[in-house]
Amino acid sequence: MEHGKEFIKNLERMGQRLRRDVILSIGTGVAGHLGGSCSSADLVAALYFYKMKHDPQNPQSEDRDRFLLSKGHVAILQYAALAESGYFPVEDLKHTKEIGFYLQGHPDFLKTPGIEAGTGSLGQGLSIGLGMALGMKLDEKERKVYVLCGDGEIAEGQIWEAAMAASAYKADNLVAIVDQNHLQANGRIKERMDSGSISAKFLSFGWHVIEINGHDMKEIIRALDEADTIKGAPTVIIAETVKGKGISFAENVVKFHNGMLNEEMYRQALEELI
Amino acid sequence: MSCTNQRTAYGNTLVELGEKDDRIVVLDADLGGSTMGKMFEEKFPKRHFEMGIAEANMTSVAAGLAQTGKIPFTNSFAVFSGGRAFDQIRQTIAIGKLNVKICGSSSGMSDFGDGATHQCIEDMAIFRALPNMTVLCPADANETAEAVKAMARMKGPCYIRLNRNDYPNVTEEGKPFQIGVPAVLKEGNEIAVFATGYMVGLALEAAGELEKEVSVKVINISTIKPMDEERVKELVKDCRGIVTAEEHNVKGGMGSAVAEVLRKECKPIEFVGVQDTFGSSAHKYQEVLNYYGLTKEEISRAIREINELTKERSSRK
Repeated sequence: MEHGKEFIKNLERMGQRLRRDVILSIGTGVAGHLGGSCSSADLVAALYFYKMKHDPQNPQSEDRDRFLLSKGHVAILQYAALAESGYFPVEDLKHTKEIGFYLQGHPDFLKTPGIEAGTGSLGQGLSIGLGMALGMKLDEKERKVYVLCGDGEIAEGQIWEAAMAASAYKADNLVAIVDQNHLQANGRIKERMDSGSISAKFLSFGWHVIEINGHDMKEIIRALDEADTIKGAPTVIIAETVKGKGISFAENVVKFHNGMLNEEMYRQALEELI
Repeated sequence: MSCTNQRTAYGNTLVELGEKDDRIVVLDADLGGSTMGKMFEEKFPKRHFEMGIAEANMTSVAAGLAQTGKIPFTNSFAVFSGGRAFDQIRQTIAIGKLNVKICGSSSGMSDFGDGATHQCIEDMAIFRALPNMTVLCPADANETAEAVKAMARMKGPCYIRLNRNDYPNVTEEGKPFQIGVPAVLKEGNEIAVFATGYMVGLALEAAGELEKEVSVKVINISTIKPMDEERVKELVKDCRGIVTAEEHNVKGGMGSAVAEVLRKECKPIEFVGVQDTFGSSAHKYQEVLNYYGLTKEEISRAIREINELTKERSSRK
């Protein structure tokens, strides 16, 4: 399906807006996972504001698509998407991680509307998503499950257990998205535990593989639409991204995985994220 | 139908539940022939998921199934159910109070041939340390059937530990299982024995043999968590001392749980169980039980010890 320029532009603006929300919610003097939030922001914007069927007024709607943030440490990005969708007030984002608050450091199913299951111990979201996909197949529901993973995260062996099982069960209602920003908490992935060719790995497990630029909204949309047409196999979208995207001093800088901003950085980030 | 094997009772009951409720789904990790998940698989192939030798994935998949309204039962040997998938259980199932039922089959020393790697002496400790988790350890096949029905009825995460081998039933067939309610199987007013799983039958035998010497109350405590604290305190009110008996490490298991509840009662307790050591292979179940002191003789010894100790104390008063 072709989309007008204005439609694409609006989604791009939403990606940028989510980044801005992330910076506003982190604020200054407290660490927050801004690097991986910024790399995933366009992907998440496309899911929540284009692809997924979901209802902020009825988060448990039977007829919804599901999203799991397997890279749960960027919960603030998902909170931004949920808030901008109308699940809860945008003003609440700045209270994230306050003691007892409903917006926790990692997604919490019991506390936050719109969260499908607790994630953040890395490597588990794809399996949880597969379980949902299998449950939806039993119920003959046509909806999809989207799972966002990090490229550092896929060092966890459970990802490949899930990759094998999803293929064995022909879970064509499961779509994995790997945010390939090339950095993990402590350094460059190539220098930590080189994951080699992610696409070759998923291909060998029997997945349909799509490689895209994770900051090109047209490519993101095309890939998500393509996944709808694939039958008999799960789809993985491998999205080439930049960690810290949109904030010049944070782009490709390891320490902003879970970075702290001073007043000057905070102001600069907000100025750049227009 | 009466049977004397907890695994068979488990398999039968899953099928029975599956017939009435299509939300019941079962997952196995290549051990369905042993966990008896295969009975469900034969009857309901679409609702049985063979996940291969990948317990972590199986457990998280079950979490996802629960989030679509299914009631998943995951099966493996107890060492793997909790051991290989602990993080998956903790992070998503326990924190989120998801409706996942976890079966630890071949628990305790019951997998006698396979040795320490497969003899699970720490599962009750592991599961009991998780908030939101219910932990069951039925005494026999009869109680297993009813406990599994109770698991399916309750909402939230639940672990059940089962024995691999055949042994006689000590509880009544078809008696509805109430989670959290300990049952007095034999009245007595000097020493209270709390026993769980396979050890319940041995505790009854020991108490019977000591009848002329000391009056022993035998309590089947098949819910390890949540424990009805008031009821447990009340049960020991008329007794001078306590013995616990479990096929589990004495560190962190049922005995520890009972001791936590009775911490202000000032009554001596002796723990019969595995004394903080791993297991070992044997040709017969009885050999390994004897080797680790999981016997009625050991329970009798503990009852006598606590009896003597508390008699001395009460005569000194």
